[in-house]
Amino acid sequence: MARGDRVHPYIPNSVPEVKANMLAEIGIDDIDTLYEDIPAELRLKEELNIPDGITSEMELARHLENLLSQNTTCRDNISFLGAGCYQHYVPAICGEIAGRSEFLTAYAGEPYEDHGRFQALFEYQSLMGELLETDVVNVPTFDWGQAASTSIRMAGRITDREVILIADTISPDRLQVIRTYCEPVMKIELVGHSSSTAGLDMEDLSKRLDDSVAGLYLENPSYFGTLEENGRAIADPLHANGSVFVVGVDPLSLGVLAPPSQYGADIACGDIQGLGNHMYFGGALGGFIGTRDEEKYVMEYPSRLFGIGKTERAGEWGFGDVTYGRTSFAVREKGKEFVGTAAALHGITAGVYLSLLGPEGMRELNQNIIQKSQYAMKRISELEGVGIRFKAFHFKEFVVDFSATGRSVEEINRALLADGIFGGSDLEADFADLKGCALYAVTEVITREDVDRLVDRLAAYLS
Amino acid sequence: MEIQRGSRLRNFHQAKWDEEVIFELSTPGERGIHVPEVETEISDAVGDGLSRIPTAMRRKTPPALPEVGQMRVLKHFLRLSQQTLGADFNVDIGQGTCTIKYNPKINERIAGAPQAMDIHPHQDESTVQGALQVMYELDLFLREISGMDRFSLQPSSGSDAILTMAAIMHKYHEVRGEAATRDELITTIFSHPSDAAAAAVKGYKIITLYADEQGMPDLEALKAALSQRTAGLFITNPEDIGIFNPRIPEFTRMVHEAGGICGYDQANVNGIMGITRAREAAFDLCFFNLHKSFGAPHGCGGPGAGALGATEEMADYLPVPLVGLDGERYYFDYEVPHSIGKVRSFWGAFSVILKAYAWILSMGAEGLKEAARIAVLNNNYLLKKITEIYGATSPYTGGKRRIEQVRYSWQKLYEETGVDTHDVTLRLADFGFHLWQSHHPFVVPQPFTIEPTESYSKDELDEYLDGLRHVVQEARTEPETVKRAPHNSVVHKIDESSFDDPEKWAVTWRAFIKKHGEAAAKIRG
Repeated sequence: MARGDRVHPYIPNSVPEVKANMLAEIGIDDIDTLYEDIPAELRLKEELNIPDGITSEMELARHLENLLSQNTTCRDNISFLGAGCYQHYVPAICGEIAGRSEFLTAYAGEPYEDHGRFQALFEYQSLMGELLETDVVNVPTFDWGQAASTSIRMAGRITDREVILIADTISPDRLQVIRTYCEPVMKIELVGHSSSTAGLDMEDLSKRLDDSVAGLYLENPSYFGTLEENGRAIADPLHANGSVFVVGVDPLSLGVLAPPSQYGADIACGDIQGLGNHMYFGGALGGFIGTRDEEKYVMEYPSRLFGIGKTERAGEWGFGDVTYGRTSFAVREKGKEFVGTAAALHGITAGVYLSLLGPEGMRELNQNIIQKSQYAMKRISELEGVGIRFKAFHFKEFVVDFSATGRSVEEINRALLADGIFGGSDLEADFADLKGCALYAVTEVITREDVDRLVDRLAAYLS
Repeated sequence: MEIQRGSRLRNFHQAKWDEEVIFELSTPGERGIHVPEVETEISDAVGDGLSRIPTAMRRKTPPALPEVGQMRVLKHFLRLSQQTLGADFNVDIGQGTCTIKYNPKINERIAGAPQAMDIHPHQDESTVQGALQVMYELDLFLREISGMDRFSLQPSSGSDAILTMAAIMHKYHEVRGEAATRDELITTIFSHPSDAAAAAVKGYKIITLYADEQGMPDLEALKAALSQRTAGLFITNPEDIGIFNPRIPEFTRMVHEAGGICGYDQANVNGIMGITRAREAAFDLCFFNLHKSFGAPHGCGGPGAGALGATEEMADYLPVPLVGLDGERYYFDYEVPHSIGKVRSFWGAFSVILKAYAWILSMGAEGLKEAARIAVLNNNYLLKKITEIYGATSPYTGGKRRIEQVRYSWQKLYEETGVDTHDVTLRLADFGFHLWQSHHPFVVPQPFTIEPTESYSKDELDEYLDGLRHVVQEARTEPETVKRAPHNSVVHKIDESSFDDPEKWAVTWRAFIKKHGEAAAKIRG
């Protein structure tokens, strides 16, 4: 207790009289007695070297606000950063619901006291199911990386095979997450891409298909923002080979783009951060997995799956866990992978977002993003020595090639930063053949003026 | 049974709305929100954009999302929230092992600042110095609390931290050329299911130690399990039953002698902060759930964070990047020689990290220890009172103290009244309480696990005790009241028969309609 003997606001039973009363009830004199089973050699002798508590809320807030004020935000600047975390507009109601004490502080209640939690997550699953055109969607995983990893492990179990092919146009960050999660149980092989369109190298795919291949994991749009047009042509040989087709997809693109299930994907996965969740330094991620409603798929999910049913009284919906027996909660290591705390609140928020947008809002949003990103690509490629690296349809991200300008992405971004612009992510470190290239993202929050300003500043700097 | 005179019990009832599923609220043409229209200059320059989408990749029909006006969407989700029992509302001590404590509102307000919400992970380091400082200093605080030498804040949860420990263990043995031969992971039955399950994801065979008569993981069983195949041990202490295992140094010593790695599951460290640490017990790795002991909220099941600590030797294996300070500037540190790579995209759940940091700042060294001590006081007070209640026992007591929680049993109540732990749970819900039946398998028969933390006042603990007493009294005098519960819930007994039947289960609205028909998909009107 800092400053004298004031009781900390978060610890009511520190009141001396209450403490004494409780000790008396237990029949001991000192709390230390309760630790008597901890041997002396394990007891911490010194105090923790942590500063005195800032117990005044006002002072705590001032301290933290000062600290955070050293950050400058994507709102204070013009940001073209994406690469798996996106600045989309967050409707006010998303924040209102995500901040509700009931949802914020609930955890694992029964479907009776937490009826609303079960329904909200069932609705999230259902709304995602409409976007994806899949009849099964899980309660959110940690992030896209885990969703992709689990999709891959599901493919391994369904086929009883151990090789997973991964299109090498994947986010390098996510590929590392997948490696940690899937190796050494599964063997990962990368499949190449066309240097002009970034589309999957079909020859490379067919060379690799044999009876050890559990499936192919492909991101569409790719990490480079390019759209793979040959989904069906990829799905067919995979299926002929008895392999599973897994597609990672930006759910925000599905207002106008075909969902993976439409071109033959067996499992779709991705991230819900963009659906009404703020960026939080890349912290507000949440993964989804969607499949057909076939027992052989459903029984391989590790996640909670909330199902809808009726109650003993007409006019009531009831909810509960579908096939709980497959989870690690029920059968520990005999279950499918593991389940636990992940990203439920981001899922509820995504459900609110999709309810607000509706089909028309999703279409408008997609069109807005596509038009703006095309405008940005057009304007940027008018600059001397600057081009768009891949010839393909792009949804909201694209690779800008500065290699002919003689300036590195790092230099360019430093110059842009001085003008209040966050240039795209540097791809050089992760992709040897993309030296001098940067990944730009354009969402609905970018205006024509923002793009024009970027182009003006680039022109000034590169000339 | 009526609430007795003198009881602290409440006549509780949640708001009941019989709220429709959102799809039932749809009216074609209604709008929840408008997206800004693009500037004419953009349309003039690039056209409608949509016609450039390759034909094969065009969506054939719009997604069948509901069309609902804004106020109705708000109302819908507010009603669902009112039908959810958050910890801000009840005496949430019945979710043992999960450390449901107060989540300070000021921390929510701070985390709602644009400087926290609206920063991108790829921003230049110079623009996120505040965020990096938070991560750097939280690492320092957690080093103190654990005695470890370096923390990664990247894992998304306790389970993710366990997977990370398994990956580190694997890499450690790989570096020594032993990854293929050391393929067994030892854990205990009273450690979290993920200690077994997440390690199995990494390919390990799991050996589970059961408890001896005192409730302690069996040392003889450990001896028998150790061999050249041992990769390591993942264990909790105190375990889920709340007893501190004083022989833990023997466990870690024996595992080390066998060439294994020791990982300490401290998802819940709430009873021993400032009292005892992973370092002194000779663990190589440990982790803390920031959404448990460190005051960040549970969010209906995430986001969370599992901060993973390592000794100096094992820090060479942590996920990248870590956060460093070069004297003036905070930076991402990728110089981790044997790093396992990544376990989550980007850097970690920053909102959770920030709230935990704020919580520790508010507590300080003394407050952390006081929180632990009061959590233990509260727990032992409840232990005394609960074991005085008819039909409730605390297996393995054997003269041992309990630290932060106790796994109790209703076995005696069940044998004498036919009322089981699930029945009690549902009846308690009628009074605004939650009780949780603990992890499977039910080694303790008819289990329930109570963890009071430091957050609840004695009066609130007494209120909960009155709830238990009331339900036990009913079980003895009118068991059907308990068995037919809940009576005050927003829904009546749920027909669970469809949830394990592939022909009937429905995980989405579209699946429900396909299996049960449009007519079944309307509850009113």
